[in-house]
Amino acid sequence: MKLTNAQIAWRAAQDIEDGAYVNLGIGFPEMVAQFQPSGRAAIFHTENGILNFGEAPAAGEEDWDLINAGKKAVTLKPGAAFFHHADSFAMVRGGHLDVAILGAYEVAETGDLANWSTGPKGVPAVGGAMDLVHGAKRVAVITDHVTKDGKPKLVKRCSLPLTGVGCVTRVYTSLAVIDIVNSQFVLREKLSALSFDELQQRTGAELLVEGDIGNLNVPEV
Amino acid sequence: MDKTIADLAEAVAGVEDGATVMIGGFGGAGAPIELIHALIDRFRATGSPGRLTVINNNAGNGRIGIAAMIDEGMVAKMVCSFPRSSDPRAFTEKYLAGEIELELVPQGTLAERIRAGGAGIPAFFTPTGYGTELAAGKPIAEFEGRSYVQERWLKADVALIKAEMADHHGNLTYHKAARNFSPLMAMAARTTVVQARELVEAGTIDPERVVTPGIFVDCVVKVSEAAQEEALIRQGVEYA
Repeated sequence: MKLTNAQIAWRAAQDIEDGAYVNLGIGFPEMVAQFQPSGRAAIFHTENGILNFGEAPAAGEEDWDLINAGKKAVTLKPGAAFFHHADSFAMVRGGHLDVAILGAYEVAETGDLANWSTGPKGVPAVGGAMDLVHGAKRVAVITDHVTKDGKPKLVKRCSLPLTGVGCVTRVYTSLAVIDIVNSQFVLREKLSALSFDELQQRTGAELLVEGDIGNLNVPEV
Repeated sequence: MDKTIADLAEAVAGVEDGATVMIGGFGGAGAPIELIHALIDRFRATGSPGRLTVINNNAGNGRIGIAAMIDEGMVAKMVCSFPRSSDPRAFTEKYLAGEIELELVPQGTLAERIRAGGAGIPAFFTPTGYGTELAAGKPIAEFEGRSYVQERWLKADVALIKAEMADHHGNLTYHKAARNFSPLMAMAARTTVVQARELVEAGTIDPERVVTPGIFVDCVVKVSEAAQEEALIRQGVEYA
C-alpha cells in the first residue's frame, strides 16, 4: 500500500501557494505542475531561461527554441519572460525562488541530498541540480519511500555522491510527509493504513513526532 | 562601422589549433549549427583546427553540431554541465575510451564562470557544490555563517553564437529560449562570431530591445535559413 508517483506529486502540489515561483526538477517532479489546486497558479521557472512557461504544445506545434530544462517543448503563459543563463541562476542562488521540488536517490536526516550520480561508472552529468538545492526558500523532495529493492531512501547519511549539504527541508514520499528540522526527520503525515512502527522500519533514520501525525489522504489521480 | 562578413568559411577561419571555443545553445536551442559545420568543413579540408576545448552546456547530440565535431576528432576537452542527450553516442564513446577529457561544471556555476570571464572577475564564491565532489580541492570561505566555494572565470579564444537579428554594429537579439548562454559567451571570448537569421542596418533594432550590445561582437554572418539542431535530430540528419 503506497502512493503512486502521480499521488506524491499531487500531495506536493497542495503546498504550493498561488503566485509562488517554482522550479520543478526534470522528470518525475515535472508532474507536480499538473496538480495545482484550482484557483492557484504558480509561476514555473526553467533553468534555460523562461519564467511562466506552460504545458507542452500539441504534437506538430513545437517550437524547439521554446523548451524546458528537460529539452521538452513548452508553451508560454501570459506574463512570461525570457532571460539569459546567468540571470536564470541568479534567480536560483539569489534566493528568489519560493520552492524547488527535486527527485532523490537518497535524503539524509541532515538534509543532505544525493540525486545526481550513482557512482563513478559511466558519464557523469550534473546539470542544474547542485545550484537548485541552494537558494530556493524551500527545497522539497518527492520520492518513493524505499528503493526498488526495498532499501530506505531516507537515511542517516547519504552513501552516494552528494548534490548538496543540509539543503532539503521537506520530503514527500509514497508513504509519508516528513520535514527535516535541526538535522532530524520529523513525521508530519503518514498513510493511515500504515502503523508508525511499519513506517519506521522502512526508514533508515529515526522518525521524530511532534504533536499529532496527520493522515496522508490523497485522491485517486 | 560594419562587422558583417560574407561567408561562414571566413567567419571560422581564425579558430586555431588548441583553441578554447565557447558554443552557444542549450540542447538544440541556440546551437549555431552552420558555424559549427563550417568549422568541421575546414578541419576536413585542412586538418585544422584540432585539439579544441569546447565549452557548452551539453556535449552534443546525434551526429551533427558539437557531436559531429567530437566524432571528427577535433575536440580534446569538453567543459559542460550535462554531457547527455537523446543520442549521446559521440561523446560517450570517446569519453569511455579515454579519448576526450571532461570538466563537469554545475550549470549555474558554468554560466557564472563565463559571465565572470566576460566581466573581468577572476574568481567568485558560490554556495553551489559545497560539500560535493565537484568542489574537491577548491578554496572554501565562510560568509555570514555559510560556506561557499571559490570558482574561477572561464574565458575563450572564440565564441560561436546564433542570434535572431543582428545589425552592422553587432547588436543582437535572440529567439525565445535560444538565448541561454549566448549573451554570456559573447562577453567572455576574445573573438565573438555570430550567425544571424536576419541582418539589418544600424538603427533598425530598437535600442530597448538589444540583448547583446555590439561591443561584445566581432563579426556577423547572415544565415537566413538557419537549421534548428533539435529539428535536424528528429529528422535523423547526420553531418557525415
